Amino acid sequence: MTQLVSISSTLLYAAFVLYLIATVFFAGSIKSKKHTNQTGKNKWATIAITITITGFISQLGYFITRWIASGHAPLSNLFEFITFFGMMLVAAFIIIYFIYRTHVLGVFALPIALLIIAYSSMFPRDVSPLIPALQSDWLAIHVSTVAAGEAILAISFVAGLIYLLKDVDLAKKGKQTFWLEAVLFSLVLVVGFIVSTTAGSIAGYESEFAYVNSEEEAATAQYALPALVIPHQGELLTEGQFATSLSMPAIVNASRLNTVLWSILTGTILYLVLRLVTRKSISALLQPLVKRVNLNLMDEVGYRSILIGFPVFTLGGLVFAMIWAQIAWTRFWGWDPKEVWALITWLFYAAFLHLRLSKGWEGNRSAWLAVIGFAIIMFNLIAVNLIIAGLHSYA
Amino acid sequence: MNEITCKCGHVNPEGTELCLSCGRTLSKDAENRKTADVMRYEGMARRSQTYNLSIIDKIWNFFSSVKVGVWLIVTTLIASSLGTIFPQALFIPQGTENVYYEERYGIAGKIYYVLGFHDLYSSWWYLLLIGAIGTSIIIASLDRVIPLYKALKHQRINRHESFMKRQRVFSDYSVESPEKTIAQIRERLEKKRYRIREEKDHLLAEKGRFSRWGPYINHIGLIIFLIGGMLRFVPGMYVDENMWIREGETMAIPGTGQEYFLKSDGFTVETYEQGEDPEVFNNTIEREGAIAKNYQTDAHLYQREQGSIAGQQGELVEVQNGAIQVNQPLKFDQFALYQVDFRQDEYLSMSFNMTNKASEESVGSFTIRFDEPQKVYELENGYSVELTEYFPDFSGFEDGEPQSVSPIPNNPAFLVRLFSPEKPDGEVAFIGIQRNVEPLGENDYALEFAGVETRDVSGLTVRKDLTLWILGLGGAVFMIGVVQGAYWNHRRLWLKKTADGRLLAAGHTNKNWFGLRKDLEYVFDSTGLEKPVDHQEENLNRNTSADAKEENNRDSTS
Repeated sequence: MTQLVSISSTLLYAAFVLYLIATVFFAGSIKSKKHTNQTGKNKWATIAITITITGFISQLGYFITRWIASGHAPLSNLFEFITFFGMMLVAAFIIIYFIYRTHVLGVFALPIALLIIAYSSMFPRDVSPLIPALQSDWLAIHVSTVAAGEAILAISFVAGLIYLLKDVDLAKKGKQTFWLEAVLFSLVLVVGFIVSTTAGSIAGYESEFAYVNSEEEAATAQYALPALVIPHQGELLTEGQFATSLSMPAIVNASRLNTVLWSILTGTILYLVLRLVTRKSISALLQPLVKRVNLNLMDEVGYRSILIGFPVFTLGGLVFAMIWAQIAWTRFWGWDPKEVWALITWLFYAAFLHLRLSKGWEGNRSAWLAVIGFAIIMFNLIAVNLIIAGLHSYA
Repeated sequence: MNEITCKCGHVNPEGTELCLSCGRTLSKDAENRKTADVMRYEGMARRSQTYNLSIIDKIWNFFSSVKVGVWLIVTTLIASSLGTIFPQALFIPQGTENVYYEERYGIAGKIYYVLGFHDLYSSWWYLLLIGAIGTSIIIASLDRVIPLYKALKHQRINRHESFMKRQRVFSDYSVESPEKTIAQIRERLEKKRYRIREEKDHLLAEKGRFSRWGPYINHIGLIIFLIGGMLRFVPGMYVDENMWIREGETMAIPGTGQEYFLKSDGFTVETYEQGEDPEVFNNTIEREGAIAKNYQTDAHLYQREQGSIAGQQGELVEVQNGAIQVNQPLKFDQFALYQVDFRQDEYLSMSFNMTNKASEESVGSFTIRFDEPQKVYELENGYSVELTEYFPDFSGFEDGEPQSVSPIPNNPAFLVRLFSPEKPDGEVAFIGIQRNVEPLGENDYALEFAGVETRDVSGLTVRKDLTLWILGLGGAVFMIGVVQGAYWNHRRLWLKKTADGRLLAAGHTNKNWFGLRKDLEYVFDSTGLEKPVDHQEENLNRNTSADAKEENNRDSTS
């Protein structure tokens, strides 16, 4: 079984590499001069989508082998869930690709999926046993449907981003130009997180602090990166490691905050280097890729993916969630932060649909809403688990 | 009623935007608005757009507005998020609300508490918001669905040229034989499963009309769900009780009116162990330590038989037995019993030896069971121990008096009197865990601790919820409606042969124009004609560089 786990990891790694290669081919496909509207058949695109599907099958292999090895659906911790979300994002992209044949979508959807999968692997990757609350068939049903719904909704973010990159006039300094760059900057911060965490683990950095927690009890905290901030009344236990004297209040998880600070630091440096070297904003760097995009089609792709994703998300995130909550937690709804944020996500997309259907919010506005929607999904996926403690904190 | 008579002679009700018969626009306002906006409700008169005099009109118009609806949704969304900043009162130790927030989160926590955000989701204003959304859903739906239903039911095939020209997808063709072309198109439309109606020189093809009802059906589902949520407060619909049951104990299940009883055979907690459980878990077990595998109460369920005489207590009859586990509640009647909590190793009994201090010899031993402590424990040869007073949860002395904070034997202590042949009046001692006080002077005899027995306690939740099926129904109706509205589209194509022999084609869909274009491409393929032009697509392609102009267009849509 341990061998199966290592086969499983290899398959995931292979999928990652394949998505990377496919991105390059998709980028090639939109450069092709033959297809001005960037849709329809194209040799580069055919290769790209074939590699994407191969990658998806490989990742599916990871999922199945890990399921067999652990005896339960690999959806039980942050690593497994976020990886699965990445896989569903690729699946949603493949489906939308075969409806609309828009190559440019691949140039953006795949890197985002790559970023998500890389992000997930920063969390403990060990196969973990299920605590009693998770021992149910509803684990597989509820979690996979939520991930699928959120992934389809995320495609609207990808389409919205493409729309905005073309639509926003970068020559004019304004709110739209600023926020578009801010969205891209936040993606660079994720890269910053991945780079700094990976660097820390390659270097084998470890330090330990004794501190006083919010219950006023003595506790210890592990750091995987040099301590820029230390825990409440923290004292360094590991000799020779770096530590500032910036002590955080007891309610702050200083170790996590430290990682966040390193991510911001690394991300910002990356961003500045990029800007200094290219003398362009990231938006401007990406703009040539979307030069020939059909805005109307992008708008439709975004809207369509919300139309497809909204019922799936409702089913997984609210209906199945409530059924399972009634079985496991005795009540179908209990205002747990994750539940509340699922409701917020649902309300947000409901508002989106009402604005679109009845108020004619199309194009630019619709694209911005799709970006905000994705931010809410990411907040629920990551921040609620890491910042707000609740019943869903399984990582 | 100010009726509007169209040029074609048809008399339309007040407020109508497009003539019900021929589709001509009936007002300047309708003419100036975007076709997509006019077509949304088929140009029908809506109550909210027509009357605005009485207070009822004003309320109706307020709640029927989508703008108001969206504001309600967004307000609820923001309010909901505020409740997740700090934990809600139900997640913190009960009764500590007034100090908890300030102690932990300082001034921000205090503000949170003072504003009532610690109990946000049951605050009057949050419930009011949900109520307003419910009202908005009902009124906004009625305001739209009735006219829409009428319009689509009485839809005419014959449309005026001006109606067709206003459509987003429209072309004007000159063909040799319009009849022949119409026949060719009809054949293809049938292959695409369009429903076709024809009248002299006119054709209307339609597909997926039922998707237009999706929004209204999902709104019905939401209303059913909200009603289900309110029914919880009707007495008898909902039971939420907790019980702590000890190993070997039999007790009435709260909320069942003394009808059902539960006996616990014991509580088990298991953790994952290296070596026993699959090898693949080893790393995690090493990193995280003990990981729970199972929480289980083994129990017997009894029902009290109905006594033949009113008020008579019947026998207890076993109806079920088995394990209650997380994710596997014990269900009976309309109730479910959930494994939610436990306390391990609660004291069940303690044993003592009575010893002679001088000779260190035991003169006898006895056991105190905390669930049934006895007044006197008789030992052999004339020795005995009187249990003068029992303090299950001893917390210290107050004014020289021992205190107990609860009836649970967390820290048992006793005031005892030791009788022996030498001391027939007895010697007083205060015995507890790690505690032996002789308040009235040195004794000859003492109690020596000789052992303890413990047992586990299961925390169970008793739940009855008769609203579940209504909530389920609401959820199911919502899902049907939302899928119906999202996964199907209402597509229409109008064909018209004009008096001067031209062929007009106009298409409309409520969404997914890409899909309509693909249909039309296939349909017009056999005629040798280009498919009707999507004018929005054309404009956009023409304007790709002229962003400024588009900006203006956009503003007019808001």
